[in-house]
Amino acid sequence: MRFILRRIGFYLIAFWVSITLNFLLPRFMPGDPISRMLSRSQDKMTAEQVLQLQRLFGLDNRPLLQQYTSYVADVLTGNMGVSISRFPTPVSEVIASQIGWTLLLGATSLLLAALIGNLLGIVAAWRRGSLVDSALPPLLIFIGSFPYFWLAMGALYVFGIMLGWFPLRHAYDSELDPGFTWAFISNVGYHLVLPALTIVLVSIGGWMLGMRNTMIATNSEDYITMAEAKGLKPRRIMLRYAARNAMLPSVTSFGMGIGFVVGGALLTETVFAYPGVGYQLLTSVQGLDYPLMQGLFLIITSAVLLANLLVDIVYVRLDPRVRTN
Amino acid sequence: MSTPITTALSPIKPTRLSGRSRSGLLHGLMTNRKAMLGAALLVFFILLALLAPVLFPGNPSRITALASQEPSAQYWLGTTAKGQDVLALTAHGARISLFVGLIAGLVSTIIGILVGLASAYFGRVIDESLSVVTNIFLLIPGLPLLVILAAFLPPGVGTVIFVLIITGWAGSARVLRSQALSIRSKDFVAASQVTGDRAGWIMLREILPNMASNVMGTLLGCIIGAIGAQAGLEFLGLGDTATVSWGTNLYWAGNEGALLTGSWWVFLPSGLCIALVAFALSLFNYAVDEVTNPRLRTVKKRPATAPLSRMEDAQ
Repeated sequence: MRFILRRIGFYLIAFWVSITLNFLLPRFMPGDPISRMLSRSQDKMTAEQVLQLQRLFGLDNRPLLQQYTSYVADVLTGNMGVSISRFPTPVSEVIASQIGWTLLLGATSLLLAALIGNLLGIVAAWRRGSLVDSALPPLLIFIGSFPYFWLAMGALYVFGIMLGWFPLRHAYDSELDPGFTWAFISNVGYHLVLPALTIVLVSIGGWMLGMRNTMIATNSEDYITMAEAKGLKPRRIMLRYAARNAMLPSVTSFGMGIGFVVGGALLTETVFAYPGVGYQLLTSVQGLDYPLMQGLFLIITSAVLLANLLVDIVYVRLDPRVRTN
Repeated sequence: MSTPITTALSPIKPTRLSGRSRSGLLHGLMTNRKAMLGAALLVFFILLALLAPVLFPGNPSRITALASQEPSAQYWLGTTAKGQDVLALTAHGARISLFVGLIAGLVSTIIGILVGLASAYFGRVIDESLSVVTNIFLLIPGLPLLVILAAFLPPGVGTVIFVLIITGWAGSARVLRSQALSIRSKDFVAASQVTGDRAGWIMLREILPNMASNVMGTLLGCIIGAIGAQAGLEFLGLGDTATVSWGTNLYWAGNEGALLTGSWWVFLPSGLCIALVAFALSLFNYAVDEVTNPRLRTVKKRPATAPLSRMEDAQ
């Protein structure tokens, strides 16, 4: 318990640092984004928007400390300003409408990739020299070598444009009303297949190799020989003795994987025009929507922090050595 | 009490650090099929990058032919929608892509080694504070940070390298720290401390050689990651679109609708090159793993207890 409390303390510090970074970034960057932005949007901006921007970039002539405290207070109360490209909508509302899609896509692909990859790794390590062990790793490494967006575009071209099996864009057909109906949910699933499949395909190799190599090390431990000597069933030794003890590095990778999926969703969502936070981040950068950009960045970093905290809690549960230290 | 331990350990240590084991690694790599295939591919691409100005003189982006030509005897890889020679673009693209990947990967790994070793060896406050910094850099997702910085900074190769290092070193530091931590707790490190070796010596000569395969893996991983991240950034149009690299080639291919018009030959080569370079590096990485970790090498029955640990058990 003390370990977890310490970790929570650490993540609070990290959260504070990420807020501070977010505060400092626009203030210490070279160039003059405000004039770039004003010239881009001409007179379409209201006085309120200009004031908000000046506050964001620290140009409102208040002392730095006062700017900082009011910024932190704003973030903690969920007030991240008003989006410029979608004017009267607050940034928090824009993000709330999109983060669900990113989480859906990310969770689906991460869970599938980790599950399939680890299982393949277990089988490969247990049956050294079998087809799974000798043929699959080079193939998966080769697939994983392709730039993700390139594979995704290739898949979109072949299965979307040429064969017409899967939809080309968005998370669901626009004529459907979102709701808990079978038609809507199946349509969402249908739109999810191609983006999720491409992520799974490129990330499965890493999971498999990691698991395989750790488990090969566990396989030579004495307790495996002991289990064999006791005459336990090979299946039981494989899963309960070898794989179970080789799982720890995979748990750590999972925490990092969540961060990677949330961040890497940028490319997936761009290629498939999937309406998540990554796609929105790119659009907000192209549209010079600084408040939205900052809000998205903060949300993405917070998600990664939270994910790592959860992984830590699981890790304590799995590894007794952490508890005693 | 302490004399038998040191006498028992001293005959083992020198053999581990002798030159024979290092040439053994080289020999192991030379006879490893994966390593040789990876090395051959890498040499090919490095030569391509170096010889690009000789083989395809002049600015590769200049318009030399009719637009959207299929591959032919004159233009082996066809032409783009603007009428540029795809082969020349691909060859010249190798220069920036490999350069950025190599520099960013190398610097991130060096920072990762230093941070990982220091926090594993010294522990306590140094470990805590370095871990805080590492984790903060680790939790800032690379691509979003790159995108944010691109919104503020002028696009350019320097910016890309800088941000790739900023986002790349933390991952290797974390991996190397945990590896160093497990070596740190081994008896021979304690023995080295007892005999009065200095901290720097222990870190670089006792701990580092024992994680050589991890360092190699991290370096290769960093280079692969850097090449991929650079391509992704440039594909999104956030790099310098005026330079010629594999990423910008793909950006222009997407921008000019190469796939929608069916000009697959514009889209295919640059992506394939990135994949082949990454594949070659992974193969090499895989081979280093096999050579340095005897357990991964052969497919015999699971080995019995190693003689070294039996000697230690006998103590």
